[in-house]
Amino acid sequence: MAIIEVNGLVKRYGGQTVVDDVSFAVEPGEIFGVLGPNGAGKTTTVECVVGLRRPDGGSIRVSGIDPQHDTGELKQRLGAQLQESDLPDKIKVREAMELYSSFYRAPADWRRLLAVLGLTDKTETQFRRLSGGQKQRLSIALALVGTPEVAVLDELTTGLDPQARRDTWELIEDIRATGVTILLVTHFMEEAERLCDRIAVIDAGRLVAVDTPAGLVSTVDDTQRIRFRPSAPLDEAVLTALPEVSGVERAGRQLVVTGTGNLLHAVTSVLARKQIVAADLRVEQTTLDDAFVALTGRKIDN
Amino acid sequence: MHTLYRLTATESKLFLREPPAVFFALAFPPLLLVILGLVPAFREPSADLAGLRNIDLYAPIVITMAIATLSLSSLPQLFATYREKGILRRMATTPVRPAMLLGGQLAMCVWMSVAALVAVLAVGRLAFDIALPGNVPAYALAYLLSLLSMLTLGLLVASLAPSGRGAGAIGTLLFFIMLFLAGLWLPRAGMPDWLLRISDFSPLGAGVQSLSDAAAGHWPQLLHVAVMLGWTLVAGGLAARYFRWE
Repeated sequence: MAIIEVNGLVKRYGGQTVVDDVSFAVEPGEIFGVLGPNGAGKTTTVECVVGLRRPDGGSIRVSGIDPQHDTGELKQRLGAQLQESDLPDKIKVREAMELYSSFYRAPADWRRLLAVLGLTDKTETQFRRLSGGQKQRLSIALALVGTPEVAVLDELTTGLDPQARRDTWELIEDIRATGVTILLVTHFMEEAERLCDRIAVIDAGRLVAVDTPAGLVSTVDDTQRIRFRPSAPLDEAVLTALPEVSGVERAGRQLVVTGTGNLLHAVTSVLARKQIVAADLRVEQTTLDDAFVALTGRKIDN
Repeated sequence: MHTLYRLTATESKLFLREPPAVFFALAFPPLLLVILGLVPAFREPSADLAGLRNIDLYAPIVITMAIATLSLSSLPQLFATYREKGILRRMATTPVRPAMLLGGQLAMCVWMSVAALVAVLAVGRLAFDIALPGNVPAYALAYLLSLLSMLTLGLLVASLAPSGRGAGAIGTLLFFIMLFLAGLWLPRAGMPDWLLRISDFSPLGAGVQSLSDAAAGHWPQLLHVAVMLGWTLVAGGLAARYFRWE
């Protein structure tokens, strides 16, 4: 039974439809990604899930509760870290944790939460004196302090340096390991690929695909490309004769072999038999980036 | 109860971390009373005022000024800034209810305002021999009603203002109008009839008169109690109606 169900969600602002018939279901314990370029309607979608926006069409259930008819129960069970949501400059980390703890029926031990998030030595620090990464981690701590079943995290790592971003990813995996279902909004391919069990790709308000990262890649194309420099001249026909190979090209002194299936094994076996060494060998596979381009007709970051 | 306590405690701490706000809300009113009291003419009993001194007249006006500073300057700016910065947006994702949030901010303002009241009464008594309120329950009632009518007006400004800056501007404008009608520049005793009438129907005009009446040992006039209650209900109702998280 899905913990989040979104069916035919429609949301309009003015005359413009920003979310158009979006449906997906998130299973308990998943890290579910909502991926798309800026302005695709991702944030609006999760704002409807959280209950901040009233949908113009479709239905939403979170733990069986309709966010529009929530009497406070849903907000006990769902923690959210949204964009453009902030804390007072001069509030101390401890004060923020104590305050937010007081909002919930069964708050987590906030000192432990801060320890897990590596903020223990910042307990008495004012919010304005935290770094970007520390603010984000505090934000996650606040989203988790009510011991939620579902955590919604919107553009969690935007503005973080690469190290802080990787640390945050590890953290999300740790949180999931405790059984929390995570709805993650992102426009970072790498983030989606690394973290998510499944991804809903949204573009211009429409749902383009829902699948695992590997599934998305494979629906597009399972073509692989191998580049290498043969140590001795090689008759291309030897390679094209292989069932896995669909094409061979020369690029200077390099050979570029395209094909499917267990291409690498097939090619290296032939080379070994001919006693040819493949120097500078590189295997290029279709990435989620390629999949996104194929699904939407454009690259995500522009 | 725990949530309201936490909200009030946190807001109070945050307020006390802003020195300019603390100065204007808590220190300036007693200071102004001292400055007025240093003018010798203000300490002379006047036949026009039935034997009272100008400084006696100004004590309730200074007290309402403290109320106006918190209600029309601190509260709307605080609230509009919270909305602008998304502090309310974050809270909207938690189980905390708007009423609780407003309650916490109001409680903080009440508590700060009472601190200013005590400071003004103490300075007035010790430095200028201004009599303490003759009718304490009546004084408490008059004070509470003035405070409530002004705080709800401040919340209304916070709810309607488009931004923190806008809230500051509207609040400042109302601040001067309210204090003018309270008699800060021209005490009610010197107002022409038509102005006095307008003053009667303003929250702080009614407030100053009620505080003066209670200080002299009387109960506030029914008109003034009704005016302050009316402002509280109307402004409070509209503020709740137009409350927005974002």
